[in-house]
Formats: sequence, structure tokens, C-alpha cells
Amino acid sequence: MNQPDTILPPLTERSGILRWLRHNLFGTWLDGLLTVFGLLLIYLAAKGLLTWIFTIAEWDVVVANLRLFMIGQFPLEQVGRLWVGLGFLLFLTGNSLAIWDKRSYIAAILVLAFPLFLAFLPFDSNTRQWLIFLTATGAIGWGLGFSNPQALKKTVVAGWIISLPIIVLLTRGFTDPEAGGAIAIVGTNLWGGLLLTFLLTVVANIFSFPLGLFLALGRRSELPIIRWFSVGYIELVRGVPLITILFMAQLMLPLFVPGGMDIDRVLRAMVGMTLFSAAYLAENVRGGLQAIPKGQFEAAHALGLSGAKTMIFVILPQALRLIIPILVGQFISVFKDTALVAIVGLFDLLGIARTVLSQPEFIGLHREVYAFVSLLYWVLSYAMSYISQRLETSLGIGTR
Amino acid sequence: MNDLKQSIITVNDVHKWYGNFHALKGINMEVAKGEVIVIFGPSGSGKSTFIRTINRLEEHQRGEILVDGIELTHDVRNIEAVRIETGMVFQQFNLFPHLTVMQNITLAPIQVRKWDKQKAEETAMQLLVRVGIPEQANKFPGQLSGGQQQRVAIARALAMQPKIMLFDEPTSALDPEMIKEVLDVMVELAKSGMTMLVVTHEMGFARAVANRMFFFDQGQIVESGSPEEIFKAPKEERTKLFLSQILSH
Repeated sequence: MNQPDTILPPLTERSGILRWLRHNLFGTWLDGLLTVFGLLLIYLAAKGLLTWIFTIAEWDVVVANLRLFMIGQFPLEQVGRLWVGLGFLLFLTGNSLAIWDKRSYIAAILVLAFPLFLAFLPFDSNTRQWLIFLTATGAIGWGLGFSNPQALKKTVVAGWIISLPIIVLLTRGFTDPEAGGAIAIVGTNLWGGLLLTFLLTVVANIFSFPLGLFLALGRRSELPIIRWFSVGYIELVRGVPLITILFMAQLMLPLFVPGGMDIDRVLRAMVGMTLFSAAYLAENVRGGLQAIPKGQFEAAHALGLSGAKTMIFVILPQALRLIIPILVGQFISVFKDTALVAIVGLFDLLGIARTVLSQPEFIGLHREVYAFVSLLYWVLSYAMSYISQRLETSLGIGTR
Repeated sequence: MNDLKQSIITVNDVHKWYGNFHALKGINMEVAKGEVIVIFGPSGSGKSTFIRTINRLEEHQRGEILVDGIELTHDVRNIEAVRIETGMVFQQFNLFPHLTVMQNITLAPIQVRKWDKQKAEETAMQLLVRVGIPEQANKFPGQLSGGQQQRVAIARALAMQPKIMLFDEPTSALDPEMIKEVLDVMVELAKSGMTMLVVTHEMGFARAVANRMFFFDQGQIVESGSPEEIFKAPKEERTKLFLSQILSH
């Protein structure tokens, strides 16, 4: 019995669109009915939505307040340094894409050309110049990374590490606010919109990570005091809604600190978010730690590695890799949770949306404003999720 | 002959309980430098527990254990000192899956012995040649067969230049065709003069290189002697019965 060299799949598996349609959508008369009914439903829903988007909705409210949505009340004459900060981030992004994700030209082009695309929209000339500047810095970063990937790796990592302080410093400014000028200090009461949401998210995520890690390790500690403290902290914070923690940070903290000392309101929100997120992160990390087989600890101990070195070199790299999807989920949820600071009176993206809606000329445009804000949240959340998937692929999770 | 040599492991009346279960009931053993000891017995007899007390992966609750002159107590420094002198090979290999073969082997020498990377990698390469898989150095453990993984595990333990090697059923998780490649490495190691404690049911290995054999049952040493004595003239009924069961096919 001779087998042919290649065996083709059954006929139904290798045919065209029509066959696929007939097979999947119109297999029986009932299938056909369901398909027609389904298409009708989609048509009705989409028709209503599209009609609203293109004819009824008044998007002027978004266009007129775009600057508010992006940066809140940040003074116009100091905006340049925010663009510079954004340029720095795009430079690093271009650089990283070229070094670690060389094959995905499309992603690189999409990310780097996005500001250029925006520059074709009817913004004022100043904004357009800055948008072109963004694409330029991104492209330069990409080119540098592409030409010399090995040599730049450490510099880029260092760049990312110092990027947060740089961005915060650029946002805050350096010189006396009375004197004015491009680098004058801008009070946090003027920080707002996406800028504030972004800073809250990044700060809360970055600082809650080490804190959560220590809490997770503390919960497994053999020293009772450390273990009890960790358990107590985690359970206490997880048992309280975030909004109450934010209220406590805003209203009760001043009662505890010595008189006259004023802690910045944005800083208080950042601390509240960090402390809250850390408790959840600790439980996620603990889940990852528990997934590591006992044999890994034993092998490391048998080699003479100390408890700390066993954690650093053997257990944590495996545990953290396992929980990357959960960690990203947590980062995204922190990002969305920052919307709660609007309730304690900060002007983040949602807070700005509320102020915009309270202006007399924009009253009643809730749908437009909240649709726009939701879209912004979704785009950024999806971007984080996408990055995490790429990270997982490049780290080879699930393949070994 | 062994009595003349220096003793490297001294185990004196060691007891161990898991809750109320008495796992080790007064174990005594002297091991001389360069000796190869084979420990065998039915499952649950305490043989694995015993070998794991030698490097304190299991804590004993009574009696004393001295390894290379260091007593195993609660003192972490003593425990780490003993572990540096003692290599261990596990049934499930326990390689670090996120590290390459080379990184698995060099991790402890670099972190614990404080060797520089180049020296550690040269030594690792020599060991990989010795266990017969130098071409696998840059692969990850998941890309190797079971037999290759176990040989990497042996190389990893040897990289710390231990004075004693402990083997906890090193071939039990292997497919039959891979057992030989691991045993060959162990025989070579035994002949090089390494002090070895091996928990195994590979009686061919015992016959070839063991100096003494210990039969464990229900947490006690039932019988001990040279392979000749154990195989030809076991004194205890339980030993006879067990040997007949594992040698019958």
C-alpha cells in the first residue's frame, strides 16, 4: 500500500468563501434564518450608532476642549516641556522597538507615524510642529536602535528607568512660578486630564510593584511579625473600597501629620493608589510563587544558595514570568481606577470631563464627552494589553 | 579497610517525625571518604528522607549529623557550609527552566563560590564534556531529553566541587533507554573517588561500584553489608523478600 506523498485535507476544508458561507451560515434552513435575523439585528444597531456618530453627535465639545482633556489647566506657555517629555518617551519607544522587536515594522511605523498622522488634522501650527517633532524623535530613536542594537541595550534600559523622574520634573518645572518662563514651576492643582491620569497610573504601578513584592514575600516569611504585618496589611486594604482610601488620603491624612505641614493633593492620591494597588499585587505575586514547584527551592538550597539568592535568581524570575498576564491586568485596572480621583476633586480625565460638562455652552453633551473619554481609556488599555502579549511572546511564555 | 580511612559523614541515632508519623527511627551510619553507599528499600521506608537530612533539606529532630566535621544544627551558617560541600541530584532533575544549561551550571559557582564568569563557564564546559553533552550548553532544559537533563543536573551539582554527592533516586523518572546514560556517568564518578550516597533500585549499579549497601524498611536500617554479602547471603527475611521482588524480572 503506497501512501501519496502529500495528503490533502477533506474537500470541505479547502474551498472558497461561498462554500464556507454555505457550510457555516446556511447549513440548514434554521441556520439560514438565524443568519438573516442576526444580520438584521446588527444592521439596526449599527445604523443607530453610526447615525448618531456622524449626524447627531456634536463633537465640537471634544474639539474645543481637547487641550483640557489632554493636560487640564496646564499653562500654555509651559506646554513645550511636556512635548519634550513626550518626545523623550517616543525616542525610547522607537529605540526599544528597533532593539527588541525588530521584525514588526508595521507596529513601529504605526506607533511612530501616529503623531505625523495627527499633524494633518486641523490643529494650530504650533501643535503641528510639535507633532512632527514627536515623529522625528521617534524615528531617530528607531534608526539609532536599528543601527546599533547591542551597544544601546543598557542605555535604553537606563533611559526607561530615569524616564519617570524626568517626566515628573518636566511637568513640575524648576524655577520660581512668580517669575514665569518656560521652566517655571507649575502647581499640581493645574495638572489635569490625560496627563494627570497618566502620571497617577505610572507612579502607582511603579511604586506598588516593589511594595507588593515585599508584602508577598513577607506573607511567606518565617518571622511571625513580618508575616502578621503583611497578612494584616493585605487583608485590611483588600477589604476596603479604593474610594474610601482616596477619601482618607485626602481628608484624614492632614489630621495625622504635624500641624502646618501640607502634603500635596496629587501626591496624596498617588500614595493612596500605590498603597491600594500594592495589596492586590502582593496576592498576585503570591499566586505566582505558589505555582513554583518545591523542587526548585530544594535544588537551589542544595546548591548552597541563600534564601534571598534563591528568590532573586531562581524563584522570582519564574514566578513573575508566570503572572505577566495578571500583572498587566492589574496595571490596566489601576489605570482605569484612577478615574476615582475625580470624586475627591482632582481633574484627571474624568474630572475634566465633568468640568467640561458643567460649562454652560456644553450642557447636555454627556454622550459625546463620555464616549470620547471611554474611547481614550479603551485605546490606551488595549495598547497595554497588546504590549503584554508581545512581551509574552518574546519571553517565550508557554513554550517551555 | 574503610575503618582506616577518615570518616566524612557521621550519623548518630537520627530520628525524624512528620507530625505523629515516625519516619526515621534511630539511624546510625559512618561514611568514609571516597566510599560509595547504596541505600535501597520499599517506598515509604525513609530512605529518601534520610538522604535529605544529610544536607538539611529535611530537619532531623533527634540525634546528630556531622558532615565534613560540621554539625547540622539550626545555625544557618553551618547548613550553608554543609550544602556547599554537598551536591545533590534529584529524581525530578529540578533544573531551573528559565535558565540555559550553561546558566544552570554556573549560577551557584558565581553566586556562592564567587568565581568570575569566565572561570565558571570554563569549568562548566569541562563538566558538560565529562557528562557527554557539551553541544547542549546553550539550550534550555525543556529542550533536552530526560537523560540529558539528569546529566546536566549532575554537572550542576559537580560544578560546586563538592566533597560528597547525594543521589535521590536519580533514574526513577527516566525512560528505560535513558537510564544507562545516567548510570554510566555515575559509575565514572564513583571510580574517580567521589564520596557518594545513592538511593536507588539499580542493583547492577550497586554490584558494580558500591562499597556498602544499606537496606531500609519502616524508618530503620534492617541490614547492611558489602554488595557480595547482601546479594549472596542476606541475613534478614525482609531483605530476602525485597530482593526477590525487585530482582525477579
